[in-house]
Amino acid sequence: MTTTAVETVTLTIDGKTIQSPKGTLLIEAARKAGIEIPAFCYYEGYSLQAACRMCLVEVEKAPKLQVGCTLPVAEGMIVHTDSPQVQKARKGTLEFLLTNHPLDCPVCDKGGECELQDMVFRYGAGESRFTEMKLHIDEQQWSPVVFYDAPRCILCYRCIRVCDEGMGVGALGLGNRGASAVILPNKVTGDNQHYLSCDECGACIDICPVGALTSGIYRYQTRPWEMNHVGTICTHCSNGCKTTLGVRNGRIIRGNNRDHSGINGEFLCIKGRYAFDFVEHPERLQSPLKRVGDRFEEIPWSEAIETVAARFSEVKAAGGKFGVIGSNRTTNEENYYLQKFARQGLGTSNIDHQRTGDLTTLLDALQGRGGALATVADVYHAKAVLIVGSDLSQQHPLLAFQARAGVRHHDTRVYTVTPGPVREDKYSARGVIAQPGGEIAALEGLREDLAKEPELVILFGDAIRGDAVRALVRFADSLSIPVKYVCLLDYANSRGAVDMGLTPDLGPGYHPVDRPGLTLDQMLKASDLDVLWIVGANPLRNRALAGENTFVVVQDLFLTETARRADIVLPAASAYEKNGTLTNVCGEVQRVTQAAKVMGTKPDLEIFGLIAREMKINVGIWQWQKMFEEIRKTVRGYNVPLPVVATGGAAQTNPVNGRVPSLIRPEEIRSAGDTLFTSGTTGRYSNVLNAVLESPGRLYSGK
Amino acid sequence: MTFSPELETKFAKMLQSYPPGRERSAVVPMLIYAQDETGYVTDELVEEVARRCGVTSLQVHEVVGYYSMLYRKPRGKYHVQVCTNISCLLVGGEELYHHAEKKLGIGNKQVTADGLFSLEEVECMGACSWAPAIEINYDFHHAVTPEKFDALIDALQKKHS
Repeated sequence: MTTTAVETVTLTIDGKTIQSPKGTLLIEAARKAGIEIPAFCYYEGYSLQAACRMCLVEVEKAPKLQVGCTLPVAEGMIVHTDSPQVQKARKGTLEFLLTNHPLDCPVCDKGGECELQDMVFRYGAGESRFTEMKLHIDEQQWSPVVFYDAPRCILCYRCIRVCDEGMGVGALGLGNRGASAVILPNKVTGDNQHYLSCDECGACIDICPVGALTSGIYRYQTRPWEMNHVGTICTHCSNGCKTTLGVRNGRIIRGNNRDHSGINGEFLCIKGRYAFDFVEHPERLQSPLKRVGDRFEEIPWSEAIETVAARFSEVKAAGGKFGVIGSNRTTNEENYYLQKFARQGLGTSNIDHQRTGDLTTLLDALQGRGGALATVADVYHAKAVLIVGSDLSQQHPLLAFQARAGVRHHDTRVYTVTPGPVREDKYSARGVIAQPGGEIAALEGLREDLAKEPELVILFGDAIRGDAVRALVRFADSLSIPVKYVCLLDYANSRGAVDMGLTPDLGPGYHPVDRPGLTLDQMLKASDLDVLWIVGANPLRNRALAGENTFVVVQDLFLTETARRADIVLPAASAYEKNGTLTNVCGEVQRVTQAAKVMGTKPDLEIFGLIAREMKINVGIWQWQKMFEEIRKTVRGYNVPLPVVATGGAAQTNPVNGRVPSLIRPEEIRSAGDTLFTSGTTGRYSNVLNAVLESPGRLYSGK
Repeated sequence: MTFSPELETKFAKMLQSYPPGRERSAVVPMLIYAQDETGYVTDELVEEVARRCGVTSLQVHEVVGYYSMLYRKPRGKYHVQVCTNISCLLVGGEELYHHAEKKLGIGNKQVTADGLFSLEEVECMGACSWAPAIEINYDFHHAVTPEKFDALIDALQKKHS
């Protein structure tokens, strides 16, 4: 692709001469010059609306005030954004916007962070000339998470556009006309009991400049300035969205993406925005438990740690057999510590976690290539995206959002090869239906189109594993275009679990170990395990453990099926209650910051450390910073720039470059197939995820 | 849902009269003709029009909410529309409307108990030269006086008693 030099024009805004690329909107050109043109309906990245009239500016030689959000800059244009005429227009616009606005700011959720409040404060008149009664419409609940208060609405259409264009759902529209116009949800009923059938992502609430759309989770809970805002990473899927948790008195009250500083920009799905409620689910474990007969007894932490350490030491001394199963959600530091504990502390290679995608084979197949793994941003910037064997909008909502944004902004061509209809069908260049196992053959049908693309990002799900991954890479090679890959994985740190060596054959950084141990399935089937230590995983959900006399230690948030089989259960802290780093599906390392504390629980890292200390073995200091430092020094690819991570950015790890002699067992790789409304164990204990009508949802339904 | 054979023929022709891919253009005419058969715009009708025109039902609801001549509630067998816009107003349109309220015993957008009549105060119907004008279903009546109005209503009433 050749890039032509961008033509620039010179214009004057408020006496300031500025240069701006031709075609830039006046509002954007002014913003880049540090001049604010106020607006409600204008929102960068979405279609233009010109509905609110707040951005009226004076352009010399134009007969009347011009709309700054739709007016492209032109050569020699002279603009005044603060003339008496403009000031009067703004006052008038705000007076009209407040005609029916209830001014219930003291009880409105948005009070304190409301764009209408700010605008009136800055540009508005203190008095209104209206003496008429305000129109009132009762508040409506559209879903467990979305409430609509029509009188507060200023009809900026942002919610309608973000739902249609951003989310690809189109669940919001405009009802009626004129002064009685309201926002409508997609399920309109004759008896006025309207409701929503959508992703329940809350993007409409987030983007609402006023308090018209409010969240069922957060409404009337607090004033925004009474919260601490903790930027951390969502613990649910693997996409690694930043969510800013609003915390008051140690309780998480809301999640949103307050400053849009994460890799997800303005995007969050229902999980990142609302599904933090598992943290205070009444069934959350808050004390260590010890099995006595067929029931559990609460015991103090000291006794629990002593019991576990004593049994570990005893089995180790007797040369017994250990098994360790790690988590897809614990931090990199914890994963690293756990594998070190297993390999050095317990002397076993029997360590694994539930594999949800075949990353190792991909890394091996990519031998000799640099920079062949895509970032979240690459999925947006790519000219073409190929999705193989995944219902991306359901399973990887951020990546799907990125692809949609690419289509909207620069005509990204999206291709899909899926076992059923997907949301991408609405805007994909081509979609092919292929049953699991038939994907690679089906790709041939797309060959001609794909080969014409200048570049490609391939995202593939768990159906592509083992030799199919190599076949996929061979196919991509044969296209002779630059290709980047994303191997789709399930949970917040599925990627970090593999990178940190929670695998029987590969240590941290994919270094092969001398004597590979047992895989997860093999451990569950082994009848002679003396100890099975399961951290943040639920492998016994629908399988049984063969070892009848195996001493089972489980660290988890809830009394899962696996925990019920345990001899000792240790209550762990969730990702929202600890510090550390997570690596997302694209290999980007991000910082997790503690937002809440649940009494009686401990972060897994601390639990590991306490057991090690009790056993009198040295695995390392159980502080996340120390462990992260060790990871940066020793794990290949993780020597990421500290400032990026420390300041809440995402640093992509430089992955290994082939030569990964993995003994992967493809049959053990399976995704849990979570939808937008399920999320493994934490999802089962999230009231919000279970409360929405759409839950649990279904993959490949075309939604 | 299906309509009368005549309407089905009309709709089939209608969908052909727009460029391919512009089937959504038929939303408004389809609603207005279908409404004459169903009496008002039911939820079922919205779904059907959405399906036939290839749009979401929400998009059809947006249209229905916008146009005042699309009704979400049942009307009377005879829908009486009285213009009170400027030309009619000047020659007694408003008085005529109030008379109509009394005569029929109902207010704006209400239906008589027997379901025979409904009343609506409307804006200009383009019959200014013959003001004050009323429209009963699709029939215009010009230079209507209260007496003429009573006669019209009585005649319709008689037809159904």
